[in-house]
Amino acid sequence: MSIRLLPGVRVPHRKHTADCQPVRMPAPATVKIPMSMNIGKPAVPVVKAGDTVKVGQLIAEAGGPVSSPVYASVSGTVKKAEEALLFHGGVCSVVVIESDGEQTVSEDVAPPEVTDFASFISAVRQSGVVGLGGAGFPTAVKLNVDPEKVEFICVNGAECEPYITADTRTMLDDAELLLDGFRLLQTYFPKAQLIIGIENNKPACIRRLKEVTQGLDRLEVRTLPSLYPQGGEKVLIHNTTGRIVPEGKLPIDVGCIVINTSTLKTIANYIKTGMPLVEKYVTVDGSAIANPQNVIVPIGASVQDVVDFTGGFKKEPRKIILGGPMMGVAIPGTTESVVKGTGAILCFAEEDAALPEPTACIRCGRCIDACPLKLMPVELHNAYERRDAPALQKLKLNLCMECGCCAFGCPAKIRLVESHKLAKAFLNNYLKEQAAAAERKAAKQAEKEAQTNG
Amino acid sequence: MDKLLVGVSPHIRATCSTRTIMRDVVIALMPALIAAILLYGWRALLLTAVSAVACVLCEYLWEKLLHRPVTIGDLSAVVTGVLLALNVPVSMPIWQLVIGDMAAILLAKMLFGGLGCNFMNPALVGRIVLTFSFASNITDFSYPDKVADALSSATPLGVMDGLDWSYFPDLFLGVHGGVMGETCVLALLLGGIYLVARKVIKPTIPLCYMGSVALFSWLFGGAQPLLSIFAGGVMLGSIFMATDYVTSPFTNRGKAIFGIGCGLITAAIRVFGNYAEGVTFSILLMNLLVPYINDLTQTKPLGGAVEK
Repeated sequence: MSIRLLPGVRVPHRKHTADCQPVRMPAPATVKIPMSMNIGKPAVPVVKAGDTVKVGQLIAEAGGPVSSPVYASVSGTVKKAEEALLFHGGVCSVVVIESDGEQTVSEDVAPPEVTDFASFISAVRQSGVVGLGGAGFPTAVKLNVDPEKVEFICVNGAECEPYITADTRTMLDDAELLLDGFRLLQTYFPKAQLIIGIENNKPACIRRLKEVTQGLDRLEVRTLPSLYPQGGEKVLIHNTTGRIVPEGKLPIDVGCIVINTSTLKTIANYIKTGMPLVEKYVTVDGSAIANPQNVIVPIGASVQDVVDFTGGFKKEPRKIILGGPMMGVAIPGTTESVVKGTGAILCFAEEDAALPEPTACIRCGRCIDACPLKLMPVELHNAYERRDAPALQKLKLNLCMECGCCAFGCPAKIRLVESHKLAKAFLNNYLKEQAAAAERKAAKQAEKEAQTNG
Repeated sequence: MDKLLVGVSPHIRATCSTRTIMRDVVIALMPALIAAILLYGWRALLLTAVSAVACVLCEYLWEKLLHRPVTIGDLSAVVTGVLLALNVPVSMPIWQLVIGDMAAILLAKMLFGGLGCNFMNPALVGRIVLTFSFASNITDFSYPDKVADALSSATPLGVMDGLDWSYFPDLFLGVHGGVMGETCVLALLLGGIYLVARKVIKPTIPLCYMGSVALFSWLFGGAQPLLSIFAGGVMLGSIFMATDYVTSPFTNRGKAIFGIGCGLITAAIRVFGNYAEGVTFSILLMNLLVPYINDLTQTKPLGGAVEK
């Protein structure tokens, strides 16, 4: 079967740290662990100030069905559970732990008993794993489907963002754990074909995984082109299986599940050792960083602590990004915490920090050719500029995944993703107002009818 | 340390900019300019230089006068100037050419809001203004070195019926009368290949345009297909004018419709009309249809639900 690949853009790779085996940083003096590290409800703290905690001890329970528990990443004393403003503008409670530097492992850490599908899902839930590719969707919710319906499991090893090599290192250094993961998935999803998608700029990963999975049935290591965004959920599904996830549907509706390599490794590790998600591979790179490298970071460590561990800045940083340069978030300071979904800390010096000023659109259509979902970014931009809600709906603004292909390639340097984000907020408001107006109208009508009847 | 920049992703950008694109177009026009100098003498270079400077100056003065940011750095005015110069015969008086430049930049572009807002190709508007104002000068196609050749005084289009294959080498190299930039097919092809290789343009519009001119010229008037492409302004128009981003459709399907439409109108004007302006009129007319073509050829979003 030949699949016509979706469009995308050729981004620079800049995988400087691909050969850097992750180094575990010592526990920082304090960690600040936000309770909202996943899509859905935030976790609810179960510890209070003064409690002693050990590594891997539960500090917060899942706050609902779509949520995920949180575990202590250091051993020490809980200082406080405070409300804090996070960089994305939301307020959430943050558990602050003062480390004793011992990193004593909790007695609770013991391999869970996994015997059937239900206990597997329960283990995934207990592991505290959320989509580590950055989406942050609780993995247990994603996997908790009718296993018979799953025809394909796409294991995402694309790592299509520039700079980041955390998944690369996972594939190279934790291939055995990943193999455990593949076996688990094959056991509990008996009909599923596993496709491990890796971009062709990582030949070592492709070799390594082909090596460890040799002889395994229902599993294929698929080489993908280095065309951003191969790792986007819909793109990966399409480019590996040829299936299209329809608007408003989930991958499972077309028989697919996508799981990131780091996510799968963490699940396999939990089931093998009982250690839940308490640390992350984080790529530290960028023109302001003295020694770019991969670090094993306890969740909740501050950006400053991580950067200090790597040897600090060599130039004054002017922009710090959590995540990759295509979809990552620029943060306002170095006190932000590394969370479950953080794959990279990129620090850019002056020359890379400022973006070029937008100029007039020359209607070249590059954004349309680049959009992997075949939207028309320039038309969306124009529709937003004239605040045309029906046009935005017709152009399927809701499908935009903000991958950044359009803005990356725009010769006029127009900030298309910014425009699309604003347009989404605008459209949401518009739809709410419409609904409210319809409601008012219906209420008035009912009142009128009541009067005439009365 | 306290002054970190925040902003919406993506945080890196491709190196290609409006300026690099326009620079590539100018580079792609160089073979045609060199051919013009070889064929018609140094006055070709003089006209081109004057025209480019006049266009840039027009844009600069207009923006200064209106206290707008100056955008001459994007080089789009240079492209317009060079294109318009290559669209006039070498004998064109300089002051007339400058009037064409003013029409192109001020009338067609700046009055509508500058680059990206014009709905017709500025260089072609300039050419039309010159055609109507100085008709005898813009059709003065004397060729310096030849005296009594079929191609010497008339353009190949004018004597199409009398042409046979023996004229083919002259046509291909541009050794005949015509506007400066349109005659040398070889040079124009080189420029076109450069633009496609640099991914500045897609080959869709030129190929559809040339294909449909050949087809419809043959259908309407029985013209020899290859000659109808090589003669007149089809090469210059289809590669450099019809592919103007601002005034051509977004999608490949749209570009195909646009190219075919241009070819159809060009052939119709050549066979049934009186003007020698088939290419110019066809592209300008299709420019006007671009918004409609864009509406008709929107992309189909991946997995998008069909509207109720």
